[in-house]
Amino acid sequence: MNALSREWLLTDTPTSRMHARMSSFYKGWLALRSNTLAMFGLGILVFLLAVAAFAPWISPHDPFAQDLANRLQPIGSDSHLLGTDSLGRDILSRLIYGSRITLYIVALVALIAPVAGLLVGTVSGYIGGWTDIVLMRITDIFLAFPRLVLALAFVAALGAGIENAVLAISLTAWPPYARIARAETLTIRKSDYISAIKLQGAGPIRIITKHIWPLCISSLIVRVTLDMAGIILAAAGLGFLGLGAQPPSPEWGAMISEGRRFILDHWWVATVPGLAIFTVSLAFNLLGDGLRDVLDPKDEGR
Amino acid sequence: MALAEQGQRTGRQPAPLLRWLKPAVLTVGSIAVTMLGLLLITFIIGRVMPIDPVLSVAGERASKEVYEQVYLELGLDKPLLVQFFYYISDVVRGDFGQSLLNARPVAEDIMRVFPATLELATLGVFLGIVLGVPLGVVAAVRRGSWIDQIARFVALVGYSMPIFWLGLMGLLVFYGILGWVGGPGRVGIFYVDVVPSVTGMILIDSIIDGNWAVFRNAFSHIVLPAALLGYYSLAYISRMTRSFMLEQLSAEYVITARVKGLSEWQVIWGHAFRNIRVQLITVIALSYANLLEGSVLTEIIFSWPGIGSYITTALLSADMNAVLGGTVVVGFIFILLNVLSDLLYKVFDPRAR
Repeated sequence: MNALSREWLLTDTPTSRMHARMSSFYKGWLALRSNTLAMFGLGILVFLLAVAAFAPWISPHDPFAQDLANRLQPIGSDSHLLGTDSLGRDILSRLIYGSRITLYIVALVALIAPVAGLLVGTVSGYIGGWTDIVLMRITDIFLAFPRLVLALAFVAALGAGIENAVLAISLTAWPPYARIARAETLTIRKSDYISAIKLQGAGPIRIITKHIWPLCISSLIVRVTLDMAGIILAAAGLGFLGLGAQPPSPEWGAMISEGRRFILDHWWVATVPGLAIFTVSLAFNLLGDGLRDVLDPKDEGR
Repeated sequence: MALAEQGQRTGRQPAPLLRWLKPAVLTVGSIAVTMLGLLLITFIIGRVMPIDPVLSVAGERASKEVYEQVYLELGLDKPLLVQFFYYISDVVRGDFGQSLLNARPVAEDIMRVFPATLELATLGVFLGIVLGVPLGVVAAVRRGSWIDQIARFVALVGYSMPIFWLGLMGLLVFYGILGWVGGPGRVGIFYVDVVPSVTGMILIDSIIDGNWAVFRNAFSHIVLPAALLGYYSLAYISRMTRSFMLEQLSAEYVITARVKGLSEWQVIWGHAFRNIRVQLITVIALSYANLLEGSVLTEIIFSWPGIGSYITTALLSADMNAVLGGTVVVGFIFILLNVLSDLLYKVFDPRAR
């Protein structure tokens, strides 16, 4: 068979489950590929991943090496492409290593919050009754809170640090996922194929994990991608306030905070990491918009 | 006007008591539950905090007797449920405990700093409405045109930009380089405490006092942070306005109005826009709530002595009573504005009744 050829992927009559899955994936990819802005966002994110992966090889200096003789060098000075900060550390190298921290935070929150939301939402939707009322009430309570202020209070209780910042952001980010997962579950729960599986003797855990979760995934992925920008901004905000990553860590928000003292005389120290944050969250927003158009066409252009 | 006035009239009609009682009880009940949840969370945060509440009251070098006494006074020997009950009754009476930094009641501090935040957020949301609504309407009417692209770009940048960084850049350009606006703080150093504080909002206080020098100075200080917050609410309001308008413009009554020969202005503002006003009010209420919160980082950048600065300063000096008090107050306002936007929707939109 000429597997993975264009015709094979674009067929209307898939021959196996795997074939159908790859076919729909390919069609989605084609639709996404025609969206220039989304591809631009994807390109930036791939670039970010590459930079983070190869950080030790591409960064010109040690991000922690201080050089007080060369402090606050401007952009474009010898061997310091983006200048140096107040301790003479190379800003470009810190930026490159900082991408690892950003990805680390994003990955952790993207793992914790949607999974927690998925768990609460599907259990709530599938079991129904009092469980549903109580769980949804709790979700509503979290939804009604100001997110950043709540994250601040959580970090205050847990102590400053990256992991605690991730935890605080996750604690404020899960409720929308629970709502989405519950809505999906309610539409699936009563369908015929679930009844058929029940008749075969499947228990609730098997039904939820094997048959409901897979169907919730695609709408969750869109939502997660769109939320990523907000998560990056929240993490950077916590870092800026000194509640996230601690010095000398090259976290981008903390770098802005360091550069803030010199903003009027040495503008690049705070400007450069801010541009990095902006670029990455813009990329996530562009990709998220594109993904939504592909996976959920009814909202197109909103 | 006719449709809206009609809507308001039916909203004010003395309806049968029972028809209003049930939703009213439900609304109040859900507010109460949400606020209880907020208090439960702040209570738990206060309990898991590694700082010993006794030491923070009695001081580090308290003798064993004093420690015991304070321990009992704070009710820490009681079961957690009882402590939670005490906490609720304290908060209901407006008592958030004392600040560790200045030994004043936290509630008093919050009352003092809150007008600054209110002033800033109100001006911000005002700018967001004045600029965001027309932008959204025009973007919807000329869908796909260059102005629609610009509106989309403006919103996208707004969603992606770290607010504290944009504030820093604004300070750098408009204060540091161009010198068009005042620097951080609410007024210049020569204008501090010149006008008597009536409302706590300097712009209004200086008008009451008739002191225009102070007004001009205060305005030059507030314009940049307010523009910053205004930009963020503009991004949200213009996007929502656009999608509401698109929905209306594709409705059949718009075609009918056009066929009747009404001017484009009449069709857009007289018919389509009139129907999105209710939705817009709820969006504006929500973005106002978001601004109250979004002002936390903005206040830090601009050394604005509002509730955001208050919470953050308290946070960095581990002044837990102040942090939790501030969180509770911001949370209450946030919840109330959410409920209010829901309520406005129900009162003014006949379909939601």
